[in-house]
Amino acid sequence: MNKKVDLLKHYLIQNAVPILFIVVSAFAIPISQFSGTYLVQEMLVRLSRNSFLVLSLLIPIMAGMGLNFGMVLGAMAGQIGLIFMSDWSVVGVPGVILAAIISTPLAIALGWLTGTILNLAKGREMVTSFILGFFMNGVYQLVVLYGFGSVVPMTNPAMVLSRGFGIRNVTNLEGIRKCLDNLMPLNIHGIDIPLATFLIIGLFCLFVLWFRGTKLGQDMRAVGQDMKVAGDAGIPVERTRLIAIIISTVLACYGQIIFLQNIGTMNTYNSHEQAGMFAIASLLVGGASVSRASIFNVFLGVVLFHLMFVVSPMAGKYLIGEAQLGEYFRVFVSYGIISLALVLHAWRRQKDRERARRSLRGAVEE
Amino acid sequence: MAGIKKFIENAGWPRIIIGLFLFSLFIMAPFVRVRIDASVSDTLVRFGMNGVMVLAMVPMIVSGCGLNFGLPLGIIAGLLGAVTSIEIGIPGIPGVLIAMTISLPIAVVLGWGYGLLLNRVKGSEMMIATYVGFSSVAFMCIMWLVLPYKSSNMVWGYAGKGLRTTIAVEGFWHQAISDIGSFSIGQFFYVPTGMFLFFALLCWFMWVFMRTRTGTAMTTVGSNPEYARASGVNIDRMRTLSVILSTVLGAIGIIVYQQSFGFVQLYMGPFYMAFPAVSAILIGGASVHRASILNVIIGTLLFQGILTMTPSVINSMIQTDMSEVIRIIVSNGMILYALTRTVKVK
Repeated sequence: MNKKVDLLKHYLIQNAVPILFIVVSAFAIPISQFSGTYLVQEMLVRLSRNSFLVLSLLIPIMAGMGLNFGMVLGAMAGQIGLIFMSDWSVVGVPGVILAAIISTPLAIALGWLTGTILNLAKGREMVTSFILGFFMNGVYQLVVLYGFGSVVPMTNPAMVLSRGFGIRNVTNLEGIRKCLDNLMPLNIHGIDIPLATFLIIGLFCLFVLWFRGTKLGQDMRAVGQDMKVAGDAGIPVERTRLIAIIISTVLACYGQIIFLQNIGTMNTYNSHEQAGMFAIASLLVGGASVSRASIFNVFLGVVLFHLMFVVSPMAGKYLIGEAQLGEYFRVFVSYGIISLALVLHAWRRQKDRERARRSLRGAVEE
Repeated sequence: MAGIKKFIENAGWPRIIIGLFLFSLFIMAPFVRVRIDASVSDTLVRFGMNGVMVLAMVPMIVSGCGLNFGLPLGIIAGLLGAVTSIEIGIPGIPGVLIAMTISLPIAVVLGWGYGLLLNRVKGSEMMIATYVGFSSVAFMCIMWLVLPYKSSNMVWGYAGKGLRTTIAVEGFWHQAISDIGSFSIGQFFYVPTGMFLFFALLCWFMWVFMRTRTGTAMTTVGSNPEYARASGVNIDRMRTLSVILSTVLGAIGIIVYQQSFGFVQLYMGPFYMAFPAVSAILIGGASVHRASILNVIIGTLLFQGILTMTPSVINSMIQTDMSEVIRIIVSNGMILYALTRTVKVK
């Protein structure tokens, strides 16, 4: 009996974050007065839109590099591909494929850069990748705001600022809007299901499952467990970490392209910033931690996080009469969740370390 | 030649490049018809405005807690003090003093909690500090709407409640500290003597503190925790103390900043405020584990110099505003450099 209670306790603590979210949503949904059909439709759209971006975070976690805040670099690469694509006015699915082809080498290069830098900063990968995101945001702005149209030739004047160079704040992606989602239209009881996008996401999940079993995947897990032991066992640690980050960056790049083809417009200078934060918050809401994440966490997280996202402003409006409050609340929740997950992880790690040290001293104390 | 080599080695390439960049901006300024005296004056004012917040980095760096990306927590304490002081409505120096007095206990309490948290997450302080800063700013966004401030200078006109995003301190304590003994030479050159004196006073306090028993213990905790433990220093207590000190300085720093700037920025205003302070001290020669008062002064001058000079000079030169991009690249590049260079202790 006692054991059962213990197990339950352990389960609750392990999944505290998703449970908290389910409870809050359970209260907020009725207050927000949204219909069930609307919410289901909305969640399906958001699943197809965001899952790929969130999935791109899985592999670095496997390699013990924590949450890859550097995924925004991948998102930037994807956006540059999209800028070229819309400049050349390629529309529809070929456009999406073209954008992916253009941005892949860029994403590989950026991933290589991230990986190299993170290998210099072992033990503080997260904060370094986080700052790297900011830094590359500056470089991205330099290139897109000053380089495009002056150094890099642009053919479509509608995309360029009136001064003759630099891309406009908003890039219109009308040509590829929902082209992937509507490739295989499926409608059940008035709910549209973007089947093609889900197929791609499904394929990618299979890829992750397959990848875990490969030699490289096993190496990554070994590196994630303990870099030193893995190195002694003959695994090229730095190279493995580099590959993990490159894969993540390239996938984030595709994820951003899928995300933006659904939205249909791109905030040239902001879209990538949000990509990182929302993806990471979603993953953590799904019950993942800095060192452990599964595909299930991804989908659960996207649904729960975006449920909160849709519901909270309206709930705030009906409850307190102020939509702005709900807006701030959801900003607070997304940052708060990341903080909480980071703290819990670091705390656990420190406890483990202390326990290991104590066992070395001999278990006299405590 | 050897001397130069040694200097380059000590200063590090990024700092020299930034220094040369700033120097060339000053050289170019007259050719593109930017007034040198106005630029120098602007740099000085911004140096005074930001100095205290950069100084706030020092205690946490020396105690081994790393760069204080959680500075917004201290800033929030300062903001609470500032808006409460405006609510009370006393102008001039007493107004500033009231703001500081109110923010002090808030900063101590917040810093204490923040310190306890950071003690539980040794080794990943910086990432967590960043997110503690972010979430506290987001949390305060809710609070600014809800807190029962009434002064018509601060709340939204039509609703009669909820604080505005920017609140003018004009008519309360605008430049109250700056103007103590301040003077102008010509039309464009203004020296905020009071603000410098105040900054110098805090720097002096910090300098003295670092040489007291507690200060030395704090440095030991940062540079060699095992030695500190063996000498009977309570590591966690020292770290908490350093975090409190840093938070308090952040609170005072933002009040100094506001009285010179003229506005209290609420809501998302403090969101990114830690980053300029962090990169300033790094440009000044500090690393993730080592920092001195001199680093603070040099770093703030260099960093604020670039922030002041790039918009005016580069704008006049190529008719485009690239200052924002340069700011992002310089400040984050500097942080990145520091993070990848230092060898991890333990």
